[in-house]
Amino acid sequence: MIEVRHLNKSFGAQRVLEDVNFRIEHGDSVAIIGRSGGGKSVLLKHIIGLLQPDSGAVLVDGENIVAMNERQLLRVRRKFGMVFQGAALFDSMTVAENVAFGLRRHEHLTEGEIARRVAATLDMVDLPGTEKKNPAELSGGMRKRVGLARAIIYEPQIVLYDEPTTGLDPIVSDSIDKLMIRVRDQLKVTSIVVTHDMRSARRVGKHVLMLHERKIYANCTPEALFASSDPVVRQFVDGVADP
Amino acid sequence: MNFLAGTWVGVWLAGLGRITLLSREAIASVLTFKFSRRDVLYQVYFIGIKSQSVVIVTGAFTGMVLAAQTYFQFHKVKMDTATLAVVSVSMCSELGPVLTALMVAGRVGAAIAAEIGTMRVTEQIDALRTLATHPVDYLVVPRLIAANIALPLLTVESMSVGIAASYFVGVYLLGIEPTYAWWNMLKYSHDSDVMIGMVKSVVYGGIIALIGCYKGLSCSVGAEGVGRATTEAVVYSSITILICNFFLTMLLEQLCVIFGL
Repeated sequence: MIEVRHLNKSFGAQRVLEDVNFRIEHGDSVAIIGRSGGGKSVLLKHIIGLLQPDSGAVLVDGENIVAMNERQLLRVRRKFGMVFQGAALFDSMTVAENVAFGLRRHEHLTEGEIARRVAATLDMVDLPGTEKKNPAELSGGMRKRVGLARAIIYEPQIVLYDEPTTGLDPIVSDSIDKLMIRVRDQLKVTSIVVTHDMRSARRVGKHVLMLHERKIYANCTPEALFASSDPVVRQFVDGVADP
Repeated sequence: MNFLAGTWVGVWLAGLGRITLLSREAIASVLTFKFSRRDVLYQVYFIGIKSQSVVIVTGAFTGMVLAAQTYFQFHKVKMDTATLAVVSVSMCSELGPVLTALMVAGRVGAAIAAEIGTMRVTEQIDALRTLATHPVDYLVVPRLIAANIALPLLTVESMSVGIAASYFVGVYLLGIEPTYAWWNMLKYSHDSDVMIGMVKSVVYGGIIALIGCYKGLSCSVGAEGVGRATTEAVVYSSITILICNFFLTMLLEQLCVIFGL
């Protein structure tokens, strides 16, 4: 269970998050939506402790990670897997080495066992046989899949996705959406997806959190969001620019 | 201390504080064995083996020019056979460690800052953290240990090549009498000269690795940030090595006198 309480964050004079509060239950699937530059990725990075808030608390299974130092956070982060917007693959390593990174660091497995787990995970993300490729040889969609394989190979409880479909064509975006749903259902993980792709938010999220002007503006189901008559929500859902 | 905020003194002190904290974190990680031996071995290969050509060329030509210049001056006062002794002491206690460190700072310090800086701007360091891996354990400690192993070995190589090259120039090109030149070199070179060179090279290895890693980890976003971090890593490492060299020379020579070495 993840709970965010009265979270505030500024970068210099620019306030990004203001009194943000929400709670995500185990096994839930939440889409965080909002305008570009609205603080969605900043919020996601607070959930895994990559950023420290100015004030407020982030509770992961009851532990306040804001009060932890970097070494204490390492233990909590083993519950998480994260897929970055640009995939953030280690460009000096092959696909197999990227995917196996977490296993090699934290679990005492034989090379054979690691190879078997890597092959199975790559198979799950529809990239069988790509072990020996370098990240530079992969397309954007393939890089995101490898990023996802790296995030889920050690079976985390929570998977965070930072704009997983940004920059991809509609067909690849659709395949990434299906992959996120498959991972959620097969591994029974909690999924938190930051996106401004409304189709993706509707398909992947069981709940939607909408960030607007630094605060949580809406916290509801996708159906309720799409049926809303609130002008701010409608403008975002319909994708209408300010006059 | 608020009056210093924003001034160059304040920025310098803040940087010094951060690099001290990084050093503390790295030493704690070394002492608790939180690093991988495989990563250390790769870095020893990268810092040590791949720097050899640069170090050998630098050591050889420094020894050769030092031999020639010393000979030209000593020849005027009929002290030709003292040439190799001067070269030997200089190469062991000063030129060997300092020039090796400066060459490695240029090659390895820049590479460390560029690699870690690029990892930072492409979110690879954040990815490391999400994979429950401390960046200091994975990036800083293997480079620090490897630099502390590789620099003394490269320095010994530089000293040896420099002295051998100076012998070649002195004996075969300038016509110094080899037996007396060799005897004088052994007479005036001491174990303490080699020891001073070794201690210095260990310190310089730490300086190169820590400044390179610090500049990479703290580099600002974008290609310009990586470029600046790389340049600063080389400049700051080189300046720090030259300043430390003076203080280390004074300190180590005094210690040798005190302990009768």
